[in-house]
Amino acid sequence: MVEEAKKEFWRWPEGTWVNPHINWKQGKIITSGVDVGSVSSQGVVLVDGELYSFGSTRTGFDSPDSARKALNIALEQTDVTEENLDYCIGTGYGRVNVPMAQRTITEIACHARGAHFMYGPAVRTIMDMGGQDCKAINCDEKGKVLNFMMNDKCAAGTGRGMEVFADLIQVPVWEIGPRSFQIDEEPEMISSTCVVFAKSEVLGLLEQGVPENQVMASYCAAMAHRIMALLHRLGVQEKFVITGGIAKNEGVVKRLEKELGIKTAEKVWYKPEYKDYPFDTQIAGAVGAALFAHAMVSKGKVKSVRKT
Amino acid sequence: MKAFYGFKDGSGDWFLIIDTEKCNGCSACVAVCPAHALEVGEDEFDPLSEEHVAHVKDEDRKKIRYTCAPCKPGFSIDPVPCVAVCEPGAITHSDGWKRSYG
Amino acid sequence: MIAVGIDVGGKNAHVIILKGGEILAKGEAAMGIHKAEEAEHLYDETLKKAGMKREDVGSVIATGSAGKRVSFADSVIPDAAADARGVNRLIPSARTVIDVGAEEGRAIKVSPKGRVLDFAVNEKCAAGTGTFVETMARALEITVEEMAKLSLTSNQSIPMNAQCAVFGESEVVSLIHQKIAKQDIAKAVHDAIAGRIASVARVVGLEQDVVMIGGVAKNDGFVDALKKEIDMDLIVPEDPEYMGALGSADMAAAGV
Repeated sequence: MVEEAKKEFWRWPEGTWVNPHINWKQGKIITSGVDVGSVSSQGVVLVDGELYSFGSTRTGFDSPDSARKALNIALEQTDVTEENLDYCIGTGYGRVNVPMAQRTITEIACHARGAHFMYGPAVRTIMDMGGQDCKAINCDEKGKVLNFMMNDKCAAGTGRGMEVFADLIQVPVWEIGPRSFQIDEEPEMISSTCVVFAKSEVLGLLEQGVPENQVMASYCAAMAHRIMALLHRLGVQEKFVITGGIAKNEGVVKRLEKELGIKTAEKVWYKPEYKDYPFDTQIAGAVGAALFAHAMVSKGKVKSVRKT
Repeated sequence: MKAFYGFKDGSGDWFLIIDTEKCNGCSACVAVCPAHALEVGEDEFDPLSEEHVAHVKDEDRKKIRYTCAPCKPGFSIDPVPCVAVCEPGAITHSDGWKRSYG
Repeated sequence: MIAVGIDVGGKNAHVIILKGGEILAKGEAAMGIHKAEEAEHLYDETLKKAGMKREDVGSVIATGSAGKRVSFADSVIPDAAADARGVNRLIPSARTVIDVGAEEGRAIKVSPKGRVLDFAVNEKCAAGTGTFVETMARALEITVEEMAKLSLTSNQSIPMNAQCAVFGESEVVSLIHQKIAKQDIAKAVHDAIAGRIASVARVVGLEQDVVMIGGVAKNDGFVDALKKEIDMDLIVPEDPEYMGALGSADMAAAGV
């Protein structure tokens, strides 16, 4: 049963998973976290701080709507309802509107907390690249943010930057990574940082007859370099974790690892009892939000809003 | 905790950096910034802490390059107002302005 | 003496031919990827227009971001120096020059004799350049000229959140979906870029007379927004995009 649920989740972007080993009715504190990103939204439910269920869905045009969908998808295959929740925290991109949340916490703090829970206390640096932003976070052994850098102003070094390139050369995003390695030798990277100017540079290369795969290699190398510069400023320490959509683009990830001289951490749960649970890097934010909710309720810092 | 407010683009690093360990929430910087870009409030990056610290207003973060430029951080003769008035020395700027405009 | 100035920028190249200190001919062309050859072609075309041949020319000075690729130039001078010289020739009262082209924006503090005292540049980022304006016009599905005219009919002040041209495009699309009037969006675009340019100008200090040059100076919507932003009058000379070439030609004529 668990095996099937795992496969189902990885195959489709919208999906849900419920922990078969937990009976939520025997739990004391039930909290949830909702993360509304620019492209996808996640909902997570914890029972006494342990992972109970999670779900992922595509973000629509309406932020409150997407938040609702994300929480519902995390609850739909359980018999938990919103009234059973002690506390819910929202997080995500920009000024998110998560109507059922009692408060919102910045995604920087939630990401650090979530990554710490998922990968363990050895995590020190997290790099997350979403659709419209890129953030680098250093945290301590407790998952507390030590420093961070966020870029959500410049498209170079965000998912959008890669999308614009994919549109330009008319190749699907998920093919770019593997194809960028089907080359004779590693070319020079695109010199313009600015995506708008890089477009002309790419067109120029193609016009000169440079093979497509090589142009892809140049672009991935440039993107890896931009991320590198951001990380370099902050200081990268192992364990180093990459989350967000870009984690799936090996053309960028492998080149980044090479430039850094550090390999990214293996995608496995830190807690041994979780080893068969599905591991989706995109839920880190929602996990962190739900963990903060748990900490606040259990420490008596906030009042539970549970109705039944 | 060092919070880097701003961005990096093709022409450099444009960050106003606030060290929340050093910041004592005195609000002197808020009053002195000619662009009114600073404010003091809850530490949004450490939600479990009760201390109030300074941060760059949301609407200014993405254009901090242009907000801070007139004060010439890193290459002005007069000290940058927010940096000068901060006793614990919690505020610094990255070198984008100096490199591009200095 | 025949002196030539050629300004090869990010998108366009301009040529000015001076004879005895007077403008004999001018030429402009959009540049593709082979800038060196295309610049040469423009040079020859403009000479033809003037009824001249290369042998007649005394001196050629080049400028612009691709100025170094002009093989037939006797020397290359920085954009700021060319701009300052060109503006000073036409408007000796100029003390601040703002030059916004396709890929770069700069502010220059000039002396009464047309020398560069200080300058600040926005480069490598489309947000403070003509490319930003063009990208938004494309998103609005109108020409830059139409966008300029439209923006002048609006009296709204909608702030744009996006700084980047790429995100700005998405923002314009979402504003259109929200049924915001095109003229209000057009004005928002000009206000956004005017804010950035003004802040760079403040780095060198705004002293009158303030002169605006470069291709974007032809955009009345932008000029209006910038005037309001700096709360000062702006002088836009005729053929503002030729100022770099004019300054270079002037220097060539002076045998500098």
